[in-house]
Amino acid sequence: MYQDQHILDSMRLVEAARAENVKLNPRRMTAEEKEQLLAAFHPDFRQDQFSKLEIGPNAGEKVPHELAALLQGKSRLAGKNVDLSNPDYDVDVLVIGGGGAGASAAVEADEAGAKIMVVTKLRMGDANTMMAEGGIQAADKPNDSPAQHFLDAYGGGHFAAQKDLLYKLVTEAPEAIQWLSNLGVEFDKMPDGTMVTTHGGGTSRKRMHAAKDYSGAEIMRTLRDEVLNRNIPVLDYTAAIELIKDDQGHCAGAVLMNMENGELYVAKAKTVILATGGAGRLHYQGFPTSNHYGATADGLVLAYRAGARLLYPDTLQYHPTGAAFPAQIFGALVTEKVRSLGAMLINAKGEAFMNPLETRDVSAASIIRECSQRGNGVKTPAGEAVWLDTPMIEIKGGEGTIEKRIPAMMRMFGKYGIDIRKEPILIYPTLHYQNGGIKISDDGQSDIENLFVAGEAVGGIHGRNRLMGNSLLDIIVFGRNAGRNAAAKAKSVTVGALNIDHVAEFEAIRQGAKLEDDTVSPKLLPNYTRIKE
Amino acid sequence: MEQMVTIFLFGKKHEVPESLTIMEAMEYSGYKLVRGCGCRNGFCGACATIYRIAGDRELKAGLACSTKVENNMYIATLPFFPLIKEGYNIEEVKPTERIMMELYPEIYACVGCNACTKTCPQSLNVMQYIAYAQRGEYEKCAEESFDCVMCGICSSRCPAGISHPQVAMLARRLNGKYLAPHCDHLDERVEEIRRGDLEELIQSIMNKPLEEIKELYNHRDIEK
Repeated sequence: MYQDQHILDSMRLVEAARAENVKLNPRRMTAEEKEQLLAAFHPDFRQDQFSKLEIGPNAGEKVPHELAALLQGKSRLAGKNVDLSNPDYDVDVLVIGGGGAGASAAVEADEAGAKIMVVTKLRMGDANTMMAEGGIQAADKPNDSPAQHFLDAYGGGHFAAQKDLLYKLVTEAPEAIQWLSNLGVEFDKMPDGTMVTTHGGGTSRKRMHAAKDYSGAEIMRTLRDEVLNRNIPVLDYTAAIELIKDDQGHCAGAVLMNMENGELYVAKAKTVILATGGAGRLHYQGFPTSNHYGATADGLVLAYRAGARLLYPDTLQYHPTGAAFPAQIFGALVTEKVRSLGAMLINAKGEAFMNPLETRDVSAASIIRECSQRGNGVKTPAGEAVWLDTPMIEIKGGEGTIEKRIPAMMRMFGKYGIDIRKEPILIYPTLHYQNGGIKISDDGQSDIENLFVAGEAVGGIHGRNRLMGNSLLDIIVFGRNAGRNAAAKAKSVTVGALNIDHVAEFEAIRQGAKLEDDTVSPKLLPNYTRIKE
Repeated sequence: MEQMVTIFLFGKKHEVPESLTIMEAMEYSGYKLVRGCGCRNGFCGACATIYRIAGDRELKAGLACSTKVENNMYIATLPFFPLIKEGYNIEEVKPTERIMMELYPEIYACVGCNACTKTCPQSLNVMQYIAYAQRGEYEKCAEESFDCVMCGICSSRCPAGISHPQVAMLARRLNGKYLAPHCDHLDERVEEIRRGDLEELIQSIMNKPLEEIKELYNHRDIEK
């Protein structure tokens, strides 16, 4: 419920202008306008927020301060002896991470007959996948094509995507939807079976498939159910804290840690799939996040220490519409689908200041500009915000559209006395996605032999900005890909003697570089416990 | 100075700011959460919580991440509940009444107390969707249960021992796979790609010089 007088005053302006605003279709920015806007207002361009890596495969490149500290951090095993001679677990394929990518990989590796195990530091399904709301892209309509999808994603990612990965993403997208559908995922359809599809920011065709605004949750719970049906062993509340190699330097397992009692286990594997997700809980630049509790970039740390190169670790996605009010949901995701369905971005004066379906980086930068340089933000207890005029959805789509298409959003704000069918909501960018990550080839393998990577931990699929709906897609396409290839590869692998020499070697390099920071990594969980004086 | 309220975490008294959610209040009180914390925004069902306001006869439930603290709130979290999850092969099951009878026969022992519905943090009509499942009406069961986050609070209150979230999960998968209208354009597109019909087009775009790709991108037509 809005109570501050100046918020209510501004809301009246939004209401008064709604009838006129709803008719507008603000023009899209030109390529030059976008470039200037990003350089001036996107958080990725704030040089003082980045550090240069001094050691490791990406030495010399810049990454956010918080990530640098972890990548160059001290191992949780530093100074400890781990007996690798009697592994607690011995499998063909070890899947690290229980989100959408890990689950897809597990199902495919199981299908291929491999002996597998999934380890996850929380529960199976506790992942960003569960929180993806808006949808999943696939060019499956007659007016669309994988080529068009490629063009949208390549341009939206500033022409930096690895072409072979993006090619795989878009050409295997329809099959990914078919696979999910055959597993029983309930996509929104017309009575004749035609998929209900909408636009996302930066799409040129309506190719966003959804399951209301629980798209990721619907996919994740179905995949989890399938993993359980297959009796795939899942070791929950168990984190991977270092990778293990064999005497050829190939990845051969991981050292695991029980999250509740700190006990260590050794898991030996012929191939390993890292599907550890993103980094929102590192709160880069002090931003709130839409991410899951466990999003702390652990996979990047493990792989980096073992010698894998990262790609674009300096580019993050700030979702344009994080909840800015009330405080209890500060930073929570307000799905882009709200804009796909017709809600516009409106400033404190009631002006529609931009086209609501620009790409995410451009939209976020534009909102930040509106709230800073232009002084058109609405003051909230947590900072500045702009309006997302949700009642427009009911005007455009008819009464009942919100309840039917975005019930989660209605519920999220409804809990705090805001009826989004009648009142607009306040939003500001929130840390949402790690565009960069571990570099892979199109078989899913990293620089380290037998180490596969899938999902948000991968860098290069999306270039320097990701389009809405391409992440749910990438976890499925590249999760399955990694699962199949890791299972196939495992057939020909003979694991040599296990070692974690790279951990001591990295520590020696750390010492040599005289790094002042002694941060221990991987972080595993953020620290939200209040420290009492 | 922020208004404080008194809460009782597992019976122990704490003073916390009144604006906090139960989850934030636990962290404010010194807890480092491992279990009982997931997405922190109402989607994953990790933080089922039972509470009672002192003096109130009613036992309430909610998700710790999206329920605000109240004065004199007695709180117990329920980070795990032993639901029954039966295995099945989705390729072999059929969407008939029989499958529920085989896998989850306890649903027929429902006594109609409606405790499940009263306690659902998503405000779902849980007893109704169980009734649909009993009758093999999986499409209706799927629709009615769609917003379920599988927190298990309903099951914790059920005298018949029903695992409602797992019953609904099965119904949704049966509906999604077997009952929902089939999508023909999806099959056709997958087949076109398999045959290589669309290969030349994407190769011709991918292989253009960067400047030409940029031109194409900046001037592509956008579907209305």
